[in-house]
Formats: sequence, C-alpha cells, structure tokens
Amino acid sequence: MTGPVLQALLSHWRTHRLQVVTLLVGIALATGLWSAVQAINAEARASYARASQQLGLGQFEELRARSGFIALSRYVDLRRAGWQVAAVLDGRLYVGNRAVRVLGVDMLAYPALPALTETAPDQAPQDPAQMLTAPGRLVVAPALARLLQDRDDLPPRIPSDAIPADVILTDIGVAEVLLDRQGQISRLIVLPQQPIGRPPLDKIAPELVRHSPDRQVDTARLADSFHLNLSAFGLLAFAVGLFIVHGTVGLAFAQRRGMIRTLRAMGVPMRRLVWITLAELTAFALAGGLIGLVLGYLIAGALLPDVAVTLRGLYGAPVEGHLTLRPLWALTGIGMALAGTLGASGHALWRLSRMPLLSGPGLRAWGGNARARSMAAAAGVILILGGIASFAGTKGLIAGFGLLAAILTGAALLLPLVLSWVLSALSRRARHPVTQWVWADMQAQLPGLSLALMALLLALAANIGVGTMVSSFRLTFTGWLDQRLTSELYVTPTSQDQGAQMMEWLGPRADAVLPIRSTELPHRTGPLFLYGIVDDATYRNKWPLIASGPDVWDRVHAGRAVLINEQLARRADLWPGDSLTLSGDHDLPIAGVYSDYGNPTGQAIVSMQRLDQIAPGTPTRRIGVRIDPAQAANLSRDLQDRFELPPGAVVHLSTMKAQSLAIFDQTFVVTSALNVLTLGVAGFAILTSLLTLWTQRLPQVAPLWGLGLTRSHIAGLEVLRSVLLATLTAALALPLGLVLAWLLLNVINVRAFGWSIPMTVFPADWLRLLVLTVLAAGAAAAIPAWRLRRLPPADLLRVFASER
Amino acid sequence: MLLKVDDVRKTYARTRPVLNGVSLALDTGQTLALTGESGSGKSTLLNLVGALDGFEGGEITLDGTKLSGLGDAGRAVLRRDTVSLVFQQFNLIPSLTVAGNLSFHARLAGRDDPAWTATLTQRLGLADLLERYPENLSGGQQQRVAIGRAMAMRPRLLLADEPTGNLDETASAVVLDLMLSLVAETGAALLLVTHSQDIAARLDRQARLVGGRIA
Repeated sequence: MTGPVLQALLSHWRTHRLQVVTLLVGIALATGLWSAVQAINAEARASYARASQQLGLGQFEELRARSGFIALSRYVDLRRAGWQVAAVLDGRLYVGNRAVRVLGVDMLAYPALPALTETAPDQAPQDPAQMLTAPGRLVVAPALARLLQDRDDLPPRIPSDAIPADVILTDIGVAEVLLDRQGQISRLIVLPQQPIGRPPLDKIAPELVRHSPDRQVDTARLADSFHLNLSAFGLLAFAVGLFIVHGTVGLAFAQRRGMIRTLRAMGVPMRRLVWITLAELTAFALAGGLIGLVLGYLIAGALLPDVAVTLRGLYGAPVEGHLTLRPLWALTGIGMALAGTLGASGHALWRLSRMPLLSGPGLRAWGGNARARSMAAAAGVILILGGIASFAGTKGLIAGFGLLAAILTGAALLLPLVLSWVLSALSRRARHPVTQWVWADMQAQLPGLSLALMALLLALAANIGVGTMVSSFRLTFTGWLDQRLTSELYVTPTSQDQGAQMMEWLGPRADAVLPIRSTELPHRTGPLFLYGIVDDATYRNKWPLIASGPDVWDRVHAGRAVLINEQLARRADLWPGDSLTLSGDHDLPIAGVYSDYGNPTGQAIVSMQRLDQIAPGTPTRRIGVRIDPAQAANLSRDLQDRFELPPGAVVHLSTMKAQSLAIFDQTFVVTSALNVLTLGVAGFAILTSLLTLWTQRLPQVAPLWGLGLTRSHIAGLEVLRSVLLATLTAALALPLGLVLAWLLLNVINVRAFGWSIPMTVFPADWLRLLVLTVLAAGAAAAIPAWRLRRLPPADLLRVFASER
Repeated sequence: MLLKVDDVRKTYARTRPVLNGVSLALDTGQTLALTGESGSGKSTLLNLVGALDGFEGGEITLDGTKLSGLGDAGRAVLRRDTVSLVFQQFNLIPSLTVAGNLSFHARLAGRDDPAWTATLTQRLGLADLLERYPENLSGGQQQRVAIGRAMAMRPRLLLADEPTGNLDETASAVVLDLMLSLVAETGAALLLVTHSQDIAARLDRQARLVGGRIA
C-alpha cells in the first residue's frame, strides 16, 4: 500500500517544483546560518582548548601574589622547602603594533609542555640546553616567526605548529630579558605530585594565594559572552529561515487536502499517511540540511578571519583563521535541520492528522483565520509577559537573551492582528473603489503572507536594534577615545632604564610627561589590572567618569582613594563610597567609576605613589607625552633618533585612535554580515510567499480585469500591495527594533561585557533600511507581477470558465 | 446598431479554428440567446464581444467602437464603461463584502448611483447580506450579487455566460427572471450563452453556433 500512496503524494512536488526549491532553500538557509555561527564558535573554542593544552594553562593549581608579582627569592624558598612548583613569567611584547604574549616558563620544572615536546624534530634545537642558555630560543607559530624574521635583537626562533598564534614560549630567564622584568615571577604552578610533610604555604610564603584551576579566568571564559552573542544571532537567522519552511509546508499540505481525502476514501489509514508525510519531511530536512552545511561551511570560512582578528584584539584569544571540518558540527547541523523542519511542520502535520474525511476548511484557510490570528496574538502577549517575569526573577545573561527572544517572538505573533487592525482602519478611510479593494485585498492576503511578514519584522527589528546598538556604541566609543587618549604621543620604552632616561629627556621638551605603569593583581572577579598615574590636569579634565564621589581627583592623587572601571564596578557591585581591597593592607575607598569600553577585564587606578607601595618596582610600560600637536611629529622623530627606538615604539594620537576604531569596526564585521544575511533570508521569505500565493491569485484578480482594469494596472497594484505591506511591517519593526536596541545596550551588554552605553537614534539609518525594504519587497513582487502582466487573456478567461 | 459581429475568426494555438466567420448583430434593448454544443465557440464569442480576448479576422463593433484596433487599455475602458459580464463562476471579488461588490463596477465606471444600487439590493433580495463576504454565500446568492454588480453600472450591453449553470432549478428561474426584468427596465441589450433551450426560448432571438459558425 505504501508504494502507491507515496507515489501519489510525491506527485504533488512534481507539479509544484517551486515549492520544492522554496522548502529546500528555507531549510538550507536556516541550517546554513546557524551552522556557520556554530562552526566559528567551535573553531574558536577548539583554539582556546588547544592553546590551554599545549601550554599547560588552566590545568594546575597556581600560587599568585596579592602585590602582582612574586620575587625570585620566594620561589627559591618554596623549592628548598620541598614544594614542587614551576615559575611562570607572563607578559606582553609589542612587535610593531601587534601585542604578543610572552610566556616564560621554568623549562626544567614545568609540568606539561606539549607545544615544545611536539615540535618537529628538524625544527627542535640540536642541543636542548640551547633553550636554557643565553641567548635562548623562542618557540613561535610559523606566521609569527616570519613576522619576527628581521628582529635581530631577539633570540633565534624555533617555528612550531603546536604553538598558538601571537604567543612566544621561552625559558623564564629569556623572558625576563625580553620583558625587562628581572627577578620577577607572575605565578607559580603547583605540580600535581607533592612530597608529604612539606611545610604549609603560610609558613613560607604568607603573601601568596592559592588559585584552583576552576578559579583561573581563562580566555574561553572571557570570550564566552562574545560567542553567546554570535549564537543568539545564529538562532535568529535559523528562526527566520524556519518561517519559510513553515509557510511552504503549510501551503503544500493544504494543496494536498483533496488528494489526501481521496486516498483516505480509498482506505488508506490516516496513521499511514502521517508516517509517510513524516518520512517525506525527513528526506527534505536531510537534503536541505546537507546543502545548509555546505553553505554554513562557506559562510564560516568567509567570516572566520575577521572573527579571529576580533578575538585576538579583544581578548588576546589565540584563534586561527582556518576552518576545520568537524563531524560533530556536521551531525549537529543535520540534527538542527531535522528538528527545525519537523518543528516548523508540526502544526501543519497536526492539522492534517485531524482532518475530517468529508469536510474541512478549504485552501483559503491554510494560513489561518481571524480566530487563529487572535489566538496567536494572545500567545504573543503571554510570551512577552512571561519573558519579562522570567527576567525580573533572575536578571542573568541567559534570562536577558530569553527576554529578547520572548519579545521578538511575541511581537511576531502579534503582527498579523496589528496589521489587520491597521488595514481595517485604512480601508474605512478609502474612497476610491480600487483603493478600497487594495486595502481589503491586503487584509484578505494577510494569512498567506503573515509568516513572511513575521520573518521580515524579525529581520528588520534585529537590523534596527543591532544597528542602533553598534552606532550608539561607535559614537560613545569615539567620544570616549577622545577622553581617554589625550596625549599627543605614546612611547613604549624597550627597558625600564630607557624609560627613566626618556622621562628625563622629555621633561623640558614636552608640556607634560605622563608615565603609565600597571601590574596584574588577583581579584575575586578575575584578573585586575592596577594602573598608577601622576597628578596632571589631563586626567582631571578629561577622564570619562560615569559615577563619582566628592573631590575625586584630590583623593586619588593623595593616595586616599581608587578609581575603578565600569566592568569591575558592575561585576563586583562596587560603587563610589564602597571600598576595594587591592592586597592585604591596601583597602581603598572608591572615589569614582569610569567607562572602559573594549576591555573585558577589571581595572583600577591609583596614584603613582600608591602603586609603588602596592607593587614596588613596577616598570613604566608606556609614556604619554602632552605637546602642541604641531610639534608632535618633530618630537617623535627626535625621540626615535635619540633612543634608537624600533618602529612602532612611538605612536601618534591619531594613529592610536585609528587603530582603536579599526579594532572596534572589526568587532562588528561578523554581526553586520549576519544582519545582512538575515535580512536577505526575510526578503527571500517574502518572494517565496508571493510566488506560492501566485497559484491562488488569479481567481482574485481576474474579476478586476473583467471589470475593466488592465493587466498592467493590476500588476502595478500587486507590487504596490507588497511594498505597502513591507512598509507597514517596517513601521512596526521600528519601535520593536528600538526596544531591542535598548535591551542590547542596557541588559545584554551590561551582563555580557560589563558596560552600558547611552542609546542614540539614527533616523538616517532607518530611512536607508526602509528604502532597502521597499526595494526588496518591490523586487520580490516584481516576478509575480511580471508574470501577471505577461499572462495571456486566455489564462485569465479560464478563471471565468471554471477550467482551472 | 449597438453590437455588430462581422465575419469574426478566432483560433487558439495548434487547434482548429474555434470561430470561423461568425456574424451577428444586436441593438439596444434586444436580447439574444447563443446556443450550441460544448466546444462550439459560444463562450469564445462572448469573450470577444466583451473585449476580453482578441481575434484574428473580421470585426466587432460595439457602441461605434471597432474592437480590432484596440489595445489592452482600450479594451479595459470598454469593459469598464460599456459592457457588464455575468459568468457561471460568479467571479465576485472575494476580499470585498456584498455591498462592496455591488457598487464596485459602477464606481469604477464613475456611474455610482446609491439609490439605484439600493433598489437593486431590494429587488435582488440582498438587503440582509450586505456585510457578508462571497465565501459565506450560497451559489444563488452569489449569482444575484453578480447580476446586481453588473446592472448597477447601467451597462449598454450585458453579457451572460451560462449564468444559471451552477444553480438548481428554482434558483435558476429566480435569477433569470431578475436578469430579464432588469435588462428590460434599463434598456440594455443582453447576449446570453446557454445550453438550455427553455432559457433560450425566453429571449427575443436565438442564434445557434455549429462548428464555429452561426447555423
């Protein structure tokens, strides 16, 4: 029995080839965009894991000093007392404008270094002792080795594929010289095997604190929010794609009602029909899913290099720009295609399984009726209220995304009812019969088009929301850069001694010399970077404070208070009036909170004297130089000549700002790309809806032709109808998009990155988007309208003759 | 003469000629029944007279206008202002209510007369159905709306293609009575295609199409 039934059911697709294409494209687009995001995330996470594993990071307990670094003598004390520990010196070295992580380890004691042991034999040093003795060796990724090939001042390089990008692995003695941090240790790795009976830590080194591996904030955890944001976008694109699937399957099922009734009348059980239909859908899901995987792989391959640059720039995350095909990723993609297709078809399948043998709604009812519209709207309201209630209860990042999803889905469900109200109102005001018909016809077409319009609403709202967020962010960021980057020149000395000489040399030549020193301290919220600053009007006048108590700068410069960045304030819930514990005996009241965009970690600022007390001997990492901008270029040249500085050691303010903005823009390349792709999917959804509705359209427009409207006139009205519906949807998407932007700026960003941004609206962007939407809707309607315009009268006459 | 069909020929692609030199004439106030077997070309002739389709040879002159020289727009004007069509399939506008459908053609032609439309509504028994949509009407009700729509614009020529073909005997009689009385009152001409000899017998004249010609 199954064979003939299957043959009969499949014959539908033979005569409705456009539906086959639409269905496959819908599944492929949904799966493709979702899979692309997952491939990017998987690649990044694999890179983090590989780096951690290769460098033995985050696997062992660590000892850290509250003051920021551990003295070499303390290391010796611990080893002598029987503690099996390995020293690590971790720092940053600038190669041109690129920050490279230098990881200096005690090669003899370090517990696991696959990056070194897995180095190809032909690349390994002939004598392992060469690693330990001067000048030592630097193990680097081949790409970095090429970048360093002209640096004769550095030790010889050993290229290794096992080392993450932007990392230099070397012996701690070599790292000391490279980083100019003689006698300093960043942390001590506690080896798994420890002798019994060794003296307790607080007896030998009371200033050291133990950190278990799970308390160590690693790159993967820092970048989690970034990946979560990407996943949310992927899910949105997936949902928009599924609207196409839902609409197409619904129409195909409705068109086959007659056939199914006939099959049932011939004795085919409904259960059998449902199973066969399910198998048919599974086949479509597999085919569409496979196409989607190919699409996703190509999209991910195109986007990954930008994401890698972003992750390296933002978090120093070691992500490579190459994509690997992972079986789990492919399986998950197929799984999503199956789940999405069956989920999107569930309603149609359910209605089919309950279809009476002798009666039932006709084709017109496939998209739903007024009651279904009201029920969907009620579900939308419940969803929105549920999202708000759920967020009010937990207030976490996941709940924030839940709220976002609830508002978007709820608004989409409300759309048909709201559009119906608007069209009714417009219809009542219309006077000309054709105008009246246009409004009434749009209302009648709503059920068939509502899914595509929902997809368009989501895509437009996402576009407005994300666009407003990015533009607000950029505007704020640009203003913030003006406040934060105040010195005309930024100089990076090659050593501490050179820094001191430079300060002295610059003194009479500049308006102000602002040394910048920093050290890394442990904090319960993760690593905390403590900066020391000198008293200068530059800070007092320009520093971007977002919350402050009385006499902020007087108290900070007197060493009686600390400033913290917004990330730390929000994470630790510390605000002016509270106090921050920087180390055992340095408990300072918080005088103010400043914005610090683009930095994922906590930061605090104290006076230079206070920094020297907390972390004595902290080197000057960078020097800000205030000077008349017209003199900056001359001074830069003199400085480079005088101290024989490498290129990139002196950076002009404009260059620094341009670099910062370039990193910023890069961060949103992937978001913008996903945004455009989602809008494209929504445009395709409209096109497919109009094309599938085309089969039902002739009986509706033929009477008008019969009554004296030309085919061109009707075709024009068809385009106008599509454009008007898209415009109305765009008008409704605007408030939704602004709500989305507000949530992204004030809920998601705060929880994901720790900063909030004032929202700014950009009406010119909305206008551009509206024009794009109108063009997309017009283009989508152009094909059916063109077909109508060219339709021979004989085809229209068939409607009158009942030959269809 | 309101309508003059002179030696008209019509062929659909790759088939033998459907109309092979048809000629007839109809003046204002006259009614003509067009009969014939299925496929004899009755509906085709009606479509040509209604400016719905083009023809290869001969000429049709409607209210002084030669149809052979008209383009798409000219034909549309003729359909809008001069003729009204009533079909077996009713062909109401599904998105408009009965009230909207009734006045639609008259408003399109710029001849909306609310008093006349109200009279038609009463005469056709549609007063209680004005706010309903076509999908909620029976076949007889839909055909009465179609006749009301056609007559509301006071056409010079009413073209009806099997207007009772989808109706039962009682409904057919009611619809035909209404149509004939309204045509007589307005002074319009009527060209009606039918299979039924009984219906044809109620009109002023009959013409039978056989093999694409008037027999």
